[in-house]
Parts: sequence; structure tokens; C-alpha cells
Amino acid sequence: MSRWLVLLSVCLSFARPAAAGEVQAAVAANFTAPMQKLAPLFEQQTGHRVVASYGSTGKLAAQIQNGAPFEVFLAADDETPAKLERNGAAVNGTRFTYAIGRLVLWSREPGRVDGNGEVLRGDSFDRLAIADPRLAPYGAAAVQTLRALGLHERLQPRLVTGENITQAHQFVATGNAQLGFVALSQVQVDGRIAEGSAWVVPARLHESIVQHAVLLAIGQDKPAARALLEFLRSEPARALIRKHGYDVPGG
Amino acid sequence: MTAGVLSPADLAAIGLTLRLAAATTLVLLLVALPLAWWLASSCSRLRAPVAALVTLPLVLPPTVLGFYLLVLMGPDGPLGRFTQSMGWGLLSFTFTGLLIGSVVYSLPFAVQPLRDAFEAAGRRPLEVAQTLGATPLQAFVTVALPLARPGLLTAAVLSFAHTIGEFGVVLMIGGNIPGRTQVVSTQIYGHVEAMDYGNAHTLAAVLLLFSFAVLLALSLLGRRRLRVLP
Repeated sequence: MSRWLVLLSVCLSFARPAAAGEVQAAVAANFTAPMQKLAPLFEQQTGHRVVASYGSTGKLAAQIQNGAPFEVFLAADDETPAKLERNGAAVNGTRFTYAIGRLVLWSREPGRVDGNGEVLRGDSFDRLAIADPRLAPYGAAAVQTLRALGLHERLQPRLVTGENITQAHQFVATGNAQLGFVALSQVQVDGRIAEGSAWVVPARLHESIVQHAVLLAIGQDKPAARALLEFLRSEPARALIRKHGYDVPGG
Repeated sequence: MTAGVLSPADLAAIGLTLRLAAATTLVLLLVALPLAWWLASSCSRLRAPVAALVTLPLVLPPTVLGFYLLVLMGPDGPLGRFTQSMGWGLLSFTFTGLLIGSVVYSLPFAVQPLRDAFEAAGRRPLEVAQTLGATPLQAFVTVALPLARPGLLTAAVLSFAHTIGEFGVVLMIGGNIPGRTQVVSTQIYGHVEAMDYGNAHTLAAVLLLFSFAVLLALSLLGRRRLRVLP
């Protein structure tokens, strides 16, 4: 009996203070890099730890609806969290914009893309990579941009579609497509384009790529889950998100 | 929800998948027959390394295999440089590219049953045939091949089924172009990702039923043929 008591006290001595908790977060794949930087900052500021699972918004939503143990969802759009809210998987009224994606026309070759996207009107390329417009908000924004420029019909035969924005980026990064519409967050490091050439598409050419975070039903009574959502709205978090190539609400 | 009705894109995907599976099976049998024969009968020191190499596509996750194929076919890859120098452009996002990917991906499934069949038949019948005056080619076609028929059937069935169910490789090198590289598996996946579960279920049901019918027919056909054998 006393042996068990010793074991128990040893275990307890390793436990963290009562205030610190763990939050399971489902995070849209496009937000992987900023999340990896945000997690240690969150832990430092609140003592809570975040365990993030990355995946496409659609896949994560399917898992959430089928009982996945996620407490917070950082989606790549606003529709999916709204849908989860409607069917009870997410907590009503906890939804907010944590990041606004910026679309960029990118080539890995320096000098190929000019500052106005004029390259799209020429014939110097035969493949233009985009994310699937049906699945990925960045894909839908790419198509809206092409329409706004009056180029959609002409360029349709040259479009190759990645399942998500990561794949579209891969097509361009490996040179299989000379040009592609990708996320600014994928090609920007420390506030500037890391490689190749790019045109940051003016936000007025497409609907804004609003990314919503929401508290999930499973996380309703978890302080750590609410703390993470609170943290995402804090100034240090917003500065970090901006640095990764996103806009944040309210500038 | 439009469950029960296949869209034109779904139908195009089904047609393309069947063409890809048929072409892959054909190419695989042409490649795998001599390869399996060599693996079963050669005494070369290269035999073990080649056998290991043929099995390697099983090791890599399909999307990873697809990623390396994408790099290989890209403008910096050896295959991409070759096709560009020949004036064929790049193979990624084309039917030919998918075909090459599928052949690599299913190679072990075609080679292994054939090799087993050739090994089971042994060298003896061939030696007898050659003693009776057959050339090595004649002996192969008239003796070894008929003896290896069960293996041939298994290889064809596995190649066909494996190509129909192929997903990761196609996803990586296909670019999901309707009518050209959009196959049933990527189409179902797209429906699921878009949370359009009705269409996903319909297409998946069609794929499963069709595949079951084909596999059943092949299996029955194979058994009947076997019974006819003396």
C-alpha cells in the first residue's frame, strides 16, 4: 500500500500547476508556419500548451463532425466554422477572424513575374497552377482574380489544379508549372518574398480570404481552449500573423 | 444534394480511370513478363538487387512517390530534361505522365505473381521442350507462358485493381484536369473535401460495384480456363 502512495506522490510531483492545461487544436494547413511560431509564445504567456494537428479544412471538419478530440478549430475559410456552428459541433458566437489571406502570383524564376501581373497576358508560360477553387479559398480567389482581369477563359486550358494551396505551391516550386497563384504566407519570409518573383494580387480583385477560428463543443469548458482564442486576438499574436504574410482584421 | 445522378465530370473521370487502368495493365504485363521471367530463371548476381528495386514502390507512401515522380518529370529532373530535349514538353499533368506513374506504382503487383508462377513451373518443362527442338522463345511462348497462366491472371487483376484505386500518385502528378488527369479516386476525394457527401457516396458505390463485377468476372474466367487445362 505504502509503495502505491510513493508512486502516486512521484507522479503528482511531475504534474503541472493546476492552471496550466493543454488544448487540442485543428489548424488549417496554410497556417502551419505561423502556428508553429505562435505555440511557444502562447505557452510562454499563459502556461497552457497547444497540441496542433494540421490538415485541410474539409478533412478536419469531417473529423470534427465524427468525434475527433479537437477543442479549437482554426479554419482556412469562414463557411466551414459557420457550418459546424449550425450543426452543434462548434459553440455559437465564438467565431472570429484571426487572419486574412493574401493571394500572390508567384514564379520561382527571378524576374518572370512583374509588379502588375502583366505576365498573365502574355504567352511566356504554358501552365498556371492554382488550388482547387471548389475546395480551397485561395483557389476560388485565384479564379475570381482571373475573371476580374478578363483572362479566365483564355487561360483555362493552361490551368493545373492542386488539391490544396500547398500542392499548387509544389507545382510551381518544382518548376512543373512556370506560374502559380499561391498564398503570400508560403513565399514570404520576414516580410519579403524569399525566392523568385511575385505579384501580390490587390485585395480588390477577389473576395477577401477570411479565416475564422471557433471554439468547438468539446472545448467548451476548457480554460486553455478559450485562452488560445483570446491569445490569437492579442497584439503580439497579430504582429506575428502579419509577419507571415496575412492581414489581420482592423489593420 | 444530387445523389444518384452522376455529373458529366464524374462520367469523364470514370472513363479516364478505365482507360488508365487498362493501359497500365497492358504496359505492366509487357514489362513484367520478361522481368519476372528473368528474375525467376537468371543466375546473375544482379538478380537480388533488381528484385529489391522492383519491390521499392511498396515502401514509399504513394503521395511521396508521386512527389518524387513530379520532381523527376519536372524541368530539373532527368526525365523532364530528356522529354524537353526531345521536344515533347513535360510529362506532368498529362495522361502519359499518369501512365508512367501508375506503371511504377503497380510494378511489384505485376512482377511478383508472375515470378512466383514461373518459379513454381520450374525449368524442367522448358528443358524438355528445348530437347524436343523448340527455340528458347518458342519454349517460353508455348510452354512457360501457359504454365504461368494463373500468375498472369493474378498479375492482371492486381494491376488493374491497384490502378483504379490509385490516389496519391495521381494526386501529385495529375493536376486534376477534367477529362485529362481527373480520375475517379481524386474526384471522390474532391467531393469528400467539399463535404458533398451525396456525390461522394454515389461515385464510390459505382466504383466499388463496377470493380467487384470486373474482378468477379476475371476470377470466374480464370477458374474455367484452369479447368480446361489437361
